[in-house]
Amino acid sequence: MSAFVGYTGRLTLNGLHATLTVCVLMVDTLYWATVAPLRGQGFRLKNAVSQFVEFGAHSLPIVMLICFLIGAIMAMQSSYQLARFGAVHLVANLVGIAAMREFAPLMTAIIITGRSGSAITAEIGTMKVAEEIDALEVMGLNVTKFLVVPKFIGMLLAVPMVTLIAIATMIFGGFLTSAVVIGLDASSYITQTADALVFKDLVVGVTKSIFFAIVICWVGVYRGFQVYGGAEGVGKETTSSVVTSIFLIIVLDMIFTVFFYFV
Amino acid sequence: MGMAVTSDTMVDVNDLVVKYGDRTVLQDIDLQIHRGETFVILGGSGCGKSTLLRNLSGLMRPHSGRIAINGDDFTAMSDNERVAIRKKMGMCFQGSALFGSMTVGDNVALPLREHTKLEPSTIDIMVKIKLELVGLSGFEDYMPSELSGGMKKRAGLARAMAMDPDIIFYDEPSAGLDPIVAAGLDELIRKMQHTFALTSVVVTHEMESVKLIADRVCMLDKGRVIAIGTLEELQKVDHPFIEQFFERRPDAYGEDSADYHESLTGDTE
Repeated sequence: MSAFVGYTGRLTLNGLHATLTVCVLMVDTLYWATVAPLRGQGFRLKNAVSQFVEFGAHSLPIVMLICFLIGAIMAMQSSYQLARFGAVHLVANLVGIAAMREFAPLMTAIIITGRSGSAITAEIGTMKVAEEIDALEVMGLNVTKFLVVPKFIGMLLAVPMVTLIAIATMIFGGFLTSAVVIGLDASSYITQTADALVFKDLVVGVTKSIFFAIVICWVGVYRGFQVYGGAEGVGKETTSSVVTSIFLIIVLDMIFTVFFYFV
Repeated sequence: MGMAVTSDTMVDVNDLVVKYGDRTVLQDIDLQIHRGETFVILGGSGCGKSTLLRNLSGLMRPHSGRIAINGDDFTAMSDNERVAIRKKMGMCFQGSALFGSMTVGDNVALPLREHTKLEPSTIDIMVKIKLELVGLSGFEDYMPSELSGGMKKRAGLARAMAMDPDIIFYDEPSAGLDPIVAAGLDELIRKMQHTFALTSVVVTHEMESVKLIADRVCMLDKGRVIAIGTLEELQKVDHPFIEQFFERRPDAYGEDSADYHESLTGDTE
């Protein structure tokens, strides 16, 4: 019993400490991303752009492939059920809304977590183990400005943009399947999709993706700085980074879904 | 020893106490490092010498006590206030800590690019000069992973020298190097000190290296300073640990039963 209480207590304290650390990191990142450049303390634009390309452009092929397939799967799965009610034409609504509000942002976030969230943790962790973080500090270079802000800006731009492309690809996957496999009329599928989607759906999808970007970046960075004890530590924190990130993304997705359900 | 900071005192440490959690690692550290000297921090593994270096270079904040660098209270400063002092401070890390994602030239150029408004062409020239200084001219475009251990340390030294520092810290400069390369590095440390009137603080446990480079030596044991002076002075000190260290004698098995008890029970006090 006391072991259980102790365990719960430790878990809570560790959780609180992690939250506090992440909060400090957040404030610091926001300062160096917004206030500091205006004060002439510099901003590593080139670095941010290269991170944006790495997180965004380089993840496009895999994100598009997966989203295309998921669009196709959704169309086929839903057509079976909808056919029983003679409502096969509603496949367009289902695929369109589900892609835009839910699956495109979610899949994009999960793929980018796997590709880049892990890479962020591994990079920072390796730098920590190799004393490179200490080297930055001794040189009087701000670690947040130098390492975190470019990743943060890159991620904040990349995830929503990739999400937009993912939405289009997923809808296209559903469209192609419906037209070719299920045998729906192509032009009426397009009108049906256009009628079903409203601007708010896009707002929901993009809002989610922005918050997912923040989660991926800060979990990755936080876990990277937690690394100690060599290559093994890097591996451990990288795994943990991906797991934590995906977990938080899904929890956040749930919260947003509930929120937008009522709003 | 006087508490006043004189003009020839580069680093002044008073009553320094460092703790990791509840464990005290360094206690009652008082020492002065003179301008332009090579000051060696000597001691066995786990005596706290690397921790002392981390505190002097500002990578760790002490539990209590004061470290003044060039007369400025380094311990009381915020990270932003420290930047000015850090620009005049260099550090050579045990594993060189070169940025693996950048070329050797970019590593050396980094502090110049970030801290100065020099033209890129000027920075290129300065990088060449710094690399020349450590015997690595022509290696600008190499990646750190393409260099040998000794070359990495030299490149790390070139980076540490980039901003023309007043003081430079070396963490185990000869660790992991063969005797010839290590001797070359010792010579380089000596050369830097003479050429640039550089204050050098070296952490090491290599006696050979100490003989070559040290102006004064500080002996640490179990988190305390047990002696400070020139190597000759230290050799005359009548202290069992110093004698044992210089004679390179192993601990007699079971000699220190209190330590053994500590290691089993985890009692440190």
